[in-house]
Amino acid sequence: MNKKQKKMLIRILVAFVLFAVLFVCEHIGILEQIDNIWIIFLMYLVPYLIIGYDIILKAARNIRNGQIFDENFLMMIATFGAFGVKEFSEAVAVMLFYQVGELFQSYAVGKSRQSISDMMDICPEYANIEDDGKLVQVDPDEVAVGSVIVVKPGERIPLDGVVVEGDSLIDTAALTGESVPRRAKTGDEIISGCVNGSGTLKVRVTKEFEDSTVAKILELVENASSKKAKVENFITRFARYYTPVVTIGALLLAILPPLILGGGWGEWISRACIFLVISCPCALVISVPLGFFGGIGAASRLGVLVKGSNYLEAVAEVTTVVFDKTGTLTKGEFKVQELFPERISGEALLETAAYGEGYSTHPIANSIKDAYGKEIDVSRIGQAEEIAGHGICIPVDGKEILIGNEKLMKAKEISYTPCKSAGTIVYVAVEGSFAGAIVIADSVKEGAKEAIARMKQVGVKKCVMLTGDRKEAAQAVAAELGIDEVHAELLPGDKVSKVEELLKGQEGKDKLAFVGDGINDAPVLTRADIGIAMGSMGSDAAIEAADVVLMDDDVRKIASVVKISRKTLTIVKQNIIFALAVKALVLLLGALGMANMWEAVFADVGVSVIAILNAMRALKIENTKCTY
Amino acid sequence: MKKKFKLEDLDCANCAAKMEEGIKKIAGVKDANVSFLAQKMTIEAEDEKFEEIMKEVVAVCAKIEPDCRIIM
Repeated sequence: MNKKQKKMLIRILVAFVLFAVLFVCEHIGILEQIDNIWIIFLMYLVPYLIIGYDIILKAARNIRNGQIFDENFLMMIATFGAFGVKEFSEAVAVMLFYQVGELFQSYAVGKSRQSISDMMDICPEYANIEDDGKLVQVDPDEVAVGSVIVVKPGERIPLDGVVVEGDSLIDTAALTGESVPRRAKTGDEIISGCVNGSGTLKVRVTKEFEDSTVAKILELVENASSKKAKVENFITRFARYYTPVVTIGALLLAILPPLILGGGWGEWISRACIFLVISCPCALVISVPLGFFGGIGAASRLGVLVKGSNYLEAVAEVTTVVFDKTGTLTKGEFKVQELFPERISGEALLETAAYGEGYSTHPIANSIKDAYGKEIDVSRIGQAEEIAGHGICIPVDGKEILIGNEKLMKAKEISYTPCKSAGTIVYVAVEGSFAGAIVIADSVKEGAKEAIARMKQVGVKKCVMLTGDRKEAAQAVAAELGIDEVHAELLPGDKVSKVEELLKGQEGKDKLAFVGDGINDAPVLTRADIGIAMGSMGSDAAIEAADVVLMDDDVRKIASVVKISRKTLTIVKQNIIFALAVKALVLLLGALGMANMWEAVFADVGVSVIAILNAMRALKIENTKCTY
Repeated sequence: MKKKFKLEDLDCANCAAKMEEGIKKIAGVKDANVSFLAQKMTIEAEDEKFEEIMKEVVAVCAKIEPDCRIIM
């Protein structure tokens, strides 16, 4: 509790004691001995002023400023009304109850805010810089690119950089939700916001604080609440009309029935007061954004950044997910998948190919060398002759080796066995005779299959894969993963038109999400209803353009976000329905004279507190077995 | 120019919404956002008139929620 809340608590306690004494006195008949009603009024006025003076002051000030319809004014009118009809104890009790509710509400909101901001507590406070052999703490803002900072065990890494000295395990949980620490050694890139584990690291800074990962994430999260969901906008609009309508209703209720039916002013005024108390839309105005904030918080705990409430809302309606194959479903790294040796052993084929590609740095050459795994003795390799678009011709151990595609084999008139596997195929010939083929393909990401299955489980109807790869390769991957639709051999520009085509095929409220990671995916990410980018592998342009970022590139989390989104929306809807229903019911009962002021105050602050507590469930989603 | 300010003692969500609306109506303000949850205010306004606009912003906020302070 903060100072303000403590002060309020004391006021509530004092007023409550005084009120309790008066209340007891009234009921055992002591007050009846006092003839003068003004004395009783003054006695009740003491606790009333103790508990409600600030309300009256605020109301007066707001009226002077032209802000009439606010809570304070309404509470003042309602309690003055109660005094007017000589319901003194009710006036005090209502004010007391209202303040208790307000205190609860402010406490609950404060708590929620705290727990959300704790979770976002990834901001580093300082950076250690070595100065004359001594460590000096400076503001991360002041550290220039290229300087070397020291990160001690247990400290938060303040800036993005490359490890120049030291070896440690890094806890990336705050950013990625991944609980297994990542190893960092000399030469590795590390990102700010993570917590250093056991060893001291010296890090050369590669980005200024402003551009560092942690600063970007914080900015994204802070801006998230400014992009409002449709429900939120609806509530804002609703609130604008609700209060005046209820207030006018109260006015009519106080004036019309006594005029028409005659007499009984007091009764109708007290009924009107009930209307006034209920007229604040606070329960909705607080709990709806709080629910979304909680949902965004829950997602970020899993390592998924949702850039706005509107996107979280839209994710619930996703029925089609379009993937850009490389980097999202596959690792984007080429690997030797199959060997088809002819007349020699598989190992010999791989060795020949690895030596043949000895000088090359092409991704395919690298994957062959990786598969071979041994040091290449360059003295065995002669001068290579490159045949553009075909491959290379190179002497190894004095023998002429040919490595390349089908065209090379045809051009050199070598009788080869065509290979039908999916992927890139490299043919090898030694001294003019065919030695075999090597199949190189991108490998499927761990969990990609599970990710598709999970998405289907949570209601995604169609998974589409887009790729620039050959048809065979694409279809093989699609079949393995359970993808429904494949569009292969696309040029980068074709992706936008394909997604647009798919968007046209969507029905009604159904939403389409696009998952990608490359620079050229940025336009598609913007075009789709929801753009999902890979956070650690993805390009900055893709992350910028996306609405949702998967910090650890784990596509399985898409299904989790859909779940979080649905749960958040359920909670928000529950709150809206609950608040409106209670308010409508009490309004109705109040108009009929069947509700009292207590119920009215409950319909106001009581409902707010319950709605806030309910909204906080959105934050706790990760405990409900939905870690993935 | 876009600037962020911290708010202190912003107690009511409805007031935050009213403040936001009020600020948006000030001439020269391109966009404004008052976040009750983050207790923060973001204002996007013309560079040259920013200080003048801020004075108006303070006045508008004081009118709606006198308790709330803008930390400059």
